[in-house]
Amino acid sequence: MCVMEKTMLDIATIRKDFPILNRKVNGNPLVYFDNAATSQTPKQVIDTIVDYYSRYNANIHRGVHALAQEATEAYEGGRKKIQQFFNAAHAHEIIFTSGTTHSINLVANGFTAFVGKGDEILVSAMEHHSNIVPWQMLCERTGAVLKVIPMDQDGVLVMEEYENLLSDKTKLVVCNHVSNALGTINPIEEIIPMAHEVGAAVLVDGAQSSPHLKVDVQRLDVDFYTASAHKLYGPTGIGMLYGKQEWLKKLPPYQGGGEMIAEVTFAKTTYADLPYKFEAGTPNICGGIAFGAAIDYLNSIGLEAIDRYEHELLAYATEKLSRIEGMQFYGKAKQKTAVISFNIRGVHPYDMGTLLDKMGIAVRTGHHCAQPVMDFFQIPGTIRASFSFYNTKEEIDRFAEALERARQMLV
Amino acid sequence: MSIPEIQKEIVEEFSMFDDWMQRYEYMIELGKSLPLIKEEYKTEDHIIKGCQSKVWVHAELEGDELVFTADSDAIITKGIIAILIRAFSHQKPRDIIEADTKFIDEIGLKEHLSPTRANGLVSMIKQLKLYAVAYQTQLN
Repeated sequence: MCVMEKTMLDIATIRKDFPILNRKVNGNPLVYFDNAATSQTPKQVIDTIVDYYSRYNANIHRGVHALAQEATEAYEGGRKKIQQFFNAAHAHEIIFTSGTTHSINLVANGFTAFVGKGDEILVSAMEHHSNIVPWQMLCERTGAVLKVIPMDQDGVLVMEEYENLLSDKTKLVVCNHVSNALGTINPIEEIIPMAHEVGAAVLVDGAQSSPHLKVDVQRLDVDFYTASAHKLYGPTGIGMLYGKQEWLKKLPPYQGGGEMIAEVTFAKTTYADLPYKFEAGTPNICGGIAFGAAIDYLNSIGLEAIDRYEHELLAYATEKLSRIEGMQFYGKAKQKTAVISFNIRGVHPYDMGTLLDKMGIAVRTGHHCAQPVMDFFQIPGTIRASFSFYNTKEEIDRFAEALERARQMLV
Repeated sequence: MSIPEIQKEIVEEFSMFDDWMQRYEYMIELGKSLPLIKEEYKTEDHIIKGCQSKVWVHAELEGDELVFTADSDAIITKGIIAILIRAFSHQKPRDIIEADTKFIDEIGLKEHLSPTRANGLVSMIKQLKLYAVAYQTQLN
């Protein structure tokens, strides 16, 4: 009974933390189902941002004055919170970036030194463009070859094919933990050791998983893991790259500038230690602090309770939506997060998105920056509803009614 | 009828609707009456790159007037382009070049005019005008 009480969320109280949820859109109360694109920000995080600029805005690390000290402590405190959240062995294995795209580019750029002609990089068939293009660019620079781990009709990676693709030529395996277009949770706890057996490093894009799943980078033994704060209730423009210490030491710096140096003369520059080697220039100080506040907020609710409630919403919505005529779901993996990607026969996703917006419902329509996934299913795009712990079954009821109303207009 | 007269007529038609639903229902109806582009013209050359829906437009001169045909895979987009074509088709290229498009705003479709909206309406208008410029050069 005690356990039950612990995992029950008080949604009405939680919703009060998110001022934006009181908004009206086109005269209707907002229903926000675009959480996989960006999550909303609780007032605890907004207050942190206001507090930073109101009380202790200063440049960090170098200043000896009080404000600089406070800002440095808070920023490095944010890094420690992130370290604990992902259970990294060291705080300096957490590199602040502008987000997952930046994190991936940082690694892809660094790997120019480690791959060459004929080497292979394996990428999954369900990647976001940001986990495809940087690797294509790396291949162009180095002559390495990009190979694709295929998926099946349910949107699940074909592990036998993955095994066949692995060889001593494989230098890197990259895949997302959770697909943004389909919600599939990929079996990274199998993917990672298989790659390590052939001596390949693994980068996992955690943009879609980190708000929903408990991630332990040490247990996973993953080499690189990425996250974006704005998908886990923090602000935009800040994210992180986790890298194993030995990899981050080997990887050359990405950008040159202040903060990342030990000593500069015109003859030679030596680089700073981790993590600063990768953090050139004045960083997003407020962002780093607010990222930490977002993690505090997530921890106060608890990932386990979040996961349980979001799955309840997913099951409820899947059942409700399956009653709509012509409903076609994409991504039928048994293991998935609270994302429903779908089309309705005879309806273009753009038309549906436009009419839903008129009814105050925010969903994402289109290719979700994953065109290869859309090509696989031979569709122009999907309608994607992605749920968060502040969403309710009542909102799903409104969504289902709105879908039916729009369907009747469009078919 | 001149372009401003047609635009005024469209604005009057849309002013009869009280809510968004009726407006969109009417647009969907208009979409169904769009003068369709010939299948042979549905090529990459005729496509207007919008982010989410495909739009094909073709133009040809009939005498000194420009005639547009089009199609889209999304019905609301079809409705929007039908409204544009109704205003611009069978008009002289010079008049098309000089026409403004404020009427889109007046009929309550302002949100579609935002250059950041991923439906390519701004690109559509630009493409119709580009056709007019090209044919005007030919007429000169």
